[in-house]
Amino acid sequence: MLNILLERLRQGKRTVAFPAAMPPLSPRFRGLPVLAESPCAEGCASCAGACPTGALGADEDGLYLDLGRCILCGTCADACPGRRISFSRDHRLASSTRDGLVLRPGGRQPHVAPLEPARLKLFAKSLRLRQVSAGGCNACEADTNVLTTIVFDLGRFGIDFVASPRHADGVAVTGPVTRNMLAATVGTFAAVPDPRVGIAIGTCAISGGLFAGSPETTGGATPHLPVDLYIPGCPPHPLTILDGLLRLLGQQTPPPAA
Amino acid sequence: MEFPHFEAVPLAGAAVLPPVLFRREILARVDAGWRMLALFGLPCPGGVGLCCLLGRDADGRLAFLRQVPAESYPSLTPDCPQAHLFEREVHEQWGIIPEGHPWLKPVRFTGCPARPEEPRPAPGVTDHFQLRGEEAHEVAVGPVHAGIIEPGHFRFQCFGEDVYHLEISLGFQHRGIEARLIGGPDKRTVHFMETLAGDTTIGHGLAHAALVEALTKTAVPARGRAIARIALELERLANHTGDLGAMAGDVGYQPTMAFCGRIRGDFLNLTGLVCGNRFGRGLVRPGGVAFDLDKPTIRELLSRLELTRRAAFGAAELLFLSSTTLARFEGTGRVSAETAREIGLVGPPARACGLPRDARHAFPLPGAGPKDIPMQLHDFGGVYARALVRRLEMEASLDFIHDALIGLPEGPVRHAPESGLPSGMVAVGLTEGWRGEICHVAVTGDDGRFAAYKVVDPSFHNWFGLAVALRGQQISDFPLCNKSFNLSYCGHDL
Repeated sequence: MLNILLERLRQGKRTVAFPAAMPPLSPRFRGLPVLAESPCAEGCASCAGACPTGALGADEDGLYLDLGRCILCGTCADACPGRRISFSRDHRLASSTRDGLVLRPGGRQPHVAPLEPARLKLFAKSLRLRQVSAGGCNACEADTNVLTTIVFDLGRFGIDFVASPRHADGVAVTGPVTRNMLAATVGTFAAVPDPRVGIAIGTCAISGGLFAGSPETTGGATPHLPVDLYIPGCPPHPLTILDGLLRLLGQQTPPPAA
Repeated sequence: MEFPHFEAVPLAGAAVLPPVLFRREILARVDAGWRMLALFGLPCPGGVGLCCLLGRDADGRLAFLRQVPAESYPSLTPDCPQAHLFEREVHEQWGIIPEGHPWLKPVRFTGCPARPEEPRPAPGVTDHFQLRGEEAHEVAVGPVHAGIIEPGHFRFQCFGEDVYHLEISLGFQHRGIEARLIGGPDKRTVHFMETLAGDTTIGHGLAHAALVEALTKTAVPARGRAIARIALELERLANHTGDLGAMAGDVGYQPTMAFCGRIRGDFLNLTGLVCGNRFGRGLVRPGGVAFDLDKPTIRELLSRLELTRRAAFGAAELLFLSSTTLARFEGTGRVSAETAREIGLVGPPARACGLPRDARHAFPLPGAGPKDIPMQLHDFGGVYARALVRRLEMEASLDFIHDALIGLPEGPVRHAPESGLPSGMVAVGLTEGWRGEICHVAVTGDDGRFAAYKVVDPSFHNWFGLAVALRGQQISDFPLCNKSFNLSYCGHDL
């Protein structure tokens, strides 16, 4: 017993101060992409050609980057001869709308609006989620699971992951929703009593990500259930997920450290 | 055709054997101590021919065998159980029938493209083993599990609390990656590698890099190789720590579970410090690594590594000093060395049965000394041994990283391979990921593109080991046994 207490003292208190303060991220962390307003060279499509997931392109409004398809690999930043694309260290990537993930030069950042009053009243102080991995590579799963450790201590926000959809207020899907997991994913969501929330964690769950277009996947959670919160990343940093969840519940979260 | 690891060889050098000789050759080699690393179908004129890759741990030799295209052949499994899942896989993918295979159940429930007239089976719907009797009962679990875990379906055949057999039915995670690698490499290839099993980003990335480097005869700069190997060991440390914590959690020992949950993240953050991503996405590329380490980063890595070492060993010591924990670990989920050898276990579960199988020793990467990470063996074969092997491997990895950071060679970190691959070649990439041996085999076509790309995650060998480990155990020990293997669903399903 004594050795447990001594070790407990040695290990110290390790819960991060978030959301009161922003914990440090790696100096090399690739967060929110930033598109410069300078014009593209005529006929240049280097970024779109280099992007492995087709997240980048240009339409009548000019250059865009769809964060819902982006895996934040950084390939485009190196491919653009005009250096128009860079990756900031802003971890706040979540959005409450799919359209809000489409970034433009000088455009709006992804934004999470709190749930509407009826659901917010129910879930603001207690949100129980059933997680469904549907083709996830275990990176999104791992960085969701880590929220329940002492580092992030998800329980202090009233959020927890539960074993049964019958006990849950919503479903958090990871992965591109494989053909073989489609029935189980839809069935799990259906087993959650209304009102409920749907959350897509990771680029695969938003759009199919890297696996979009494969006949064995079905385009993530978006086509199959109403999604209230889109959290991009490959995988999203735990703080990106936590930031999205807290803002969905109407809480304030800190900006990235300067 | 025999060749050393890290050397691409012409496909034409492998004689195309008739089924009887193919079978005889494989069985003779397995009898002589070779292991089956991969068995897959290669489309060629006249149909699909089987290819078999064997490896010999003693001297790192590889053997590549081909069989003439045939609709059926005498099954290897009755004489070589380690072939059982490979033969089911080939049957599902290509419709080639191994005559005499004990039970050709689906592996990934994809249906067979070669038999389009047969309907695709619903996932998990097949005949399972069944125990009959008045007091026998069956427990079915999954595909959606109780925690934040990948999906899979388990059927326990129980008599009271005792499990007579566990059947593991997977395929829910199948994303069709191998099919999409054909015709590559392209701009998605390295990203597919990094998500084959997302918790093994470095391991699979390194196996792929080794394969491409062998094909293109690319010499990797020593500094780049060292940084990749540091990342490989960081990946092992993070996951081994997580596994020790999870095993502690499954016997209700909270202190180690709580500490390890955080310490695992500290190791992931070290990988994040190296390349910006906690799982190492974007770090390993064919020809080296994409990120260099400057002196302040090396200093920070060393100091954080030391702090994390103390925390990890403190947490592990509690676990191994707790008599109640040890009482649950010892003797639980045993696999004998003989069974492990027969079914072809790899990684920590094999080393916990006393089998010296470690790709870092048998098939070291060029520039990597086979002796610079000592192999950790134990021979109890159960949960305790699998926990202890992990704990000892953490120490070996920490020592290796420390020395590698201090002695990091100067120079560039990457020598990008020339674009384009040689045609008609066979190449292999082997690394020891934290779960065990990762094997990638590619055959290039006449156009210099991948005509076949076979990925064998260690989980493919080891899932059956978990089923065997559970025989005669209480069903309540399943979570503990499962965590002591901690296998990948997506790595198996691909």
